[in-house]
Amino acid sequence: MTLKQIEGSHGVAETIALCRPEVICAYPISPQTHIVEGLGEMVKAGELRAEYLNVESEFAAMSVAIGSSAAGARTYTATASQGLLFMVEAVYNAAGLGLPIVMTVANRAIGAPINIWNDHSDSMSQRDCGWIQLFAETNQEAMDLHIQAFKLAEELSLPVMVCMDGFILTHAYERLDVPTQEQVDAFLPPFEPRQILDPSHPVSIGAMVGPEAFTEVRYLAHAKQLQALDLLPEISADFKKSFGRDSGGLIRPYKTEGAETIVIALGSVLGTIKDVIDEMQEAGCSIGVLGITSFRPFPLDAIRDALKGAKRIVVLEKCFAVGVGGIVATNVRMALEGSGQQVRTVVAGLGGRAITMSSLHAIFLEAMAGKLEALTFLDLNSEVVDHVLELERNVRLSGPVAESVLRNIGTVASNIA
Amino acid sequence: MSYQPVKFYQTGTFTVGNRLLDESDRSVQATTARNNSLNSGHRACQGCGEALGARYAIDAAMAASNRQLIAANATGCLEVFSTPYPETSWQMPWIHSLFGNAPAVASGVAAAMRIKGRTEVRVVAQGGDGSTTDIGFGCLSGMFERNDDVLYICYDNEGYMNTGVQRSSATPPAVRTATTMPLGPEPGNVFGQGKYLPAIAMAHRIPFVATATVADLRDLEHKVKHAINIRGAKYIHIFVPCPLGWGSASHDTINLAYMAKECGLFPVFQAEYGKITGVSKIRKPIPVEDYMKPQRRYAHLFGKNPALETIAKIQARADENISTYGLLEEGVN
Ligand SMILES: Cc1ncc(C[n+]2csc(CCOP(=O)(O)OP(=O)(O)O)c2C)c(N)n1
Ligand code: SF4
Ligand SMILES: [Mg+2]
Repeated sequence: MTLKQIEGSHGVAETIALCRPEVICAYPISPQTHIVEGLGEMVKAGELRAEYLNVESEFAAMSVAIGSSAAGARTYTATASQGLLFMVEAVYNAAGLGLPIVMTVANRAIGAPINIWNDHSDSMSQRDCGWIQLFAETNQEAMDLHIQAFKLAEELSLPVMVCMDGFILTHAYERLDVPTQEQVDAFLPPFEPRQILDPSHPVSIGAMVGPEAFTEVRYLAHAKQLQALDLLPEISADFKKSFGRDSGGLIRPYKTEGAETIVIALGSVLGTIKDVIDEMQEAGCSIGVLGITSFRPFPLDAIRDALKGAKRIVVLEKCFAVGVGGIVATNVRMALEGSGQQVRTVVAGLGGRAITMSSLHAIFLEAMAGKLEALTFLDLNSEVVDHVLELERNVRLSGPVAESVLRNIGTVASNIA
Repeated sequence: MSYQPVKFYQTGTFTVGNRLLDESDRSVQATTARNNSLNSGHRACQGCGEALGARYAIDAAMAASNRQLIAANATGCLEVFSTPYPETSWQMPWIHSLFGNAPAVASGVAAAMRIKGRTEVRVVAQGGDGSTTDIGFGCLSGMFERNDDVLYICYDNEGYMNTGVQRSSATPPAVRTATTMPLGPEPGNVFGQGKYLPAIAMAHRIPFVATATVADLRDLEHKVKHAINIRGAKYIHIFVPCPLGWGSASHDTINLAYMAKECGLFPVFQAEYGKITGVSKIRKPIPVEDYMKPQRRYAHLFGKNPALETIAKIQARADENISTYGLLEEGVN
């Protein structure tokens, strides 16, 4: 194994190339750009034999992917944030048509206010679209998950989204193990589609389905996605055999054995949380953390088992459903139905706000003391929001919210100084 | 342009020509070997111009590609009436994805064929005027700009028919639709700037752009056959009357398409790399009223107090087409 000091995005691009994609559609949006740029370079240089289409929008990117995948070509694209929303209609369509497209989502916030930094609002908005959603904890895992994603997608004939934190992972340089072509070829066989547009076997794909069969079609989409609950651990075990490391699977418990409090999170923040857990355990706290790798399908049983014996669960999520609260937490509550275990939601890291060890430490202590409210926004500046709420109560023409907030916080530059 | 060497002035149409022609010159529809790509049994209205146009166009494309053809279809009447699950009328590989993405889906299919070395397979995308000029316009322009190896066929019935006859950007001025009712001081659709897609396609300088109508089968087939074997982006805009949306008689579909061309409202021409290379001349010029009167969507302009000014404005548009595209035969007036 030779480690290369490279950017996460570049590691992903190199890994995708090793998966031998035949069609790649590219449309730029930060923080996904370096991935598709990397692939474009390889295609231009003749190192990768693939069709590389510079399309005019994300909607077109996913639509081209639908066409090429339906015609039997292994297909890849990547996006983030506004780009994912721009392609939504085609995202649902790709799932409905059962096309094994693999897409990276370089997780980023959604505007307004426009914000290029990391949180999980983008891919979470697509949690019900029928795609499998895998979250990477590290850049190495992001790379590994893509190899597994093609295998899973093609096995089930379902699209797979690999979610990796924008900037925190995509733009981080670290030592990464880029596998060899032989390794990947041995793990990932050539694409043999289940359905294909081919003049020698004409089929009609995408017919209109009425009430008489629509429920059955949707049920089958659900049943098929649930098959990934068995397949993901198998693929992950096979991966370990071939590549020698743990990557993928459904969930990732860390020091949860006997823990009274278990934190749940997705993606790169798990690294910071683990450091906090280490410190706290050393100080005698009974606390562990459970990472969720497969958010769709949601591994209800595995999570229930992993949380057995814990008194309280703190779901730390980089997204939330406006008007109700946690998204991941709601799913976790489903897993714990009837168990009586308490679930608390901490919304953190929105729009790239740093999630610091000290803040985590404090909030976990609060949770363990039973003082945490059902829904908490980590490091929320209450003075500022109270001021804006007050202003809006008194002045009808109170102006745009984002600008009002900034007026009270001061400029970015003045904060740094 | 494609013209058979024999002319049939005695009937005023080109439709009876086949038996007098060489076998090789006969239309695809006239042969028993035609593919019936859009097979009978579908649910289009009686006299649907779009069904007819699609049948002509796709059979011609099948013939010209030795049946090595894949189609991507936008949402719309053609898609809905041809594929009510579990039935399909398509005797060819066919995919429907969304309303606004048929050109991009076709680009994807073409990319897959290219990387797999299946250069013999040709790709068409097809959709209605709404899908083409409005919601799928971005994808279409992208496909043109990249010069992807796709033939895009627009079936223009001048409105969103599948959703119940609403206005599209291809709906002509003064026309009654469900969203441009014949009410108020300016009844029917507005006199806007228009959005003439054949000219927009030409502005992309793609290898081939053509217009055609279902009234001239031979010309339509010829253009499709010519286009299908060109590598790169191609666009054919076919005029297809819609009896339901236009309030016209089912048996008038071909006649209306014929009159639309003869009055100058729908110019029939072809262009290569942005330059016009052929025009179908008007054979017997007619006033626009003759074309408009049999359609109830124009009924509010006629009757006891005809809207003479409005009709004159529409005639002026036809006249402008006639001079812009040189639609009149030399010496005919
Ligand atoms: C995104 C989206 N918006 C709206 C619709 C509804 N819709 C389906 S078909 C159609 C009209 C199609 O009009 P056109 O493309 O002209 O085809 P026609 O039915 O007239 O042949 C509309 C508005 C849709 N399916 N998808
Ligand atoms: S509404 Fe018009 S376009 Fe649609 S099937 Fe009927 S005639 Fe054809
Ligand atoms: Mg239409």
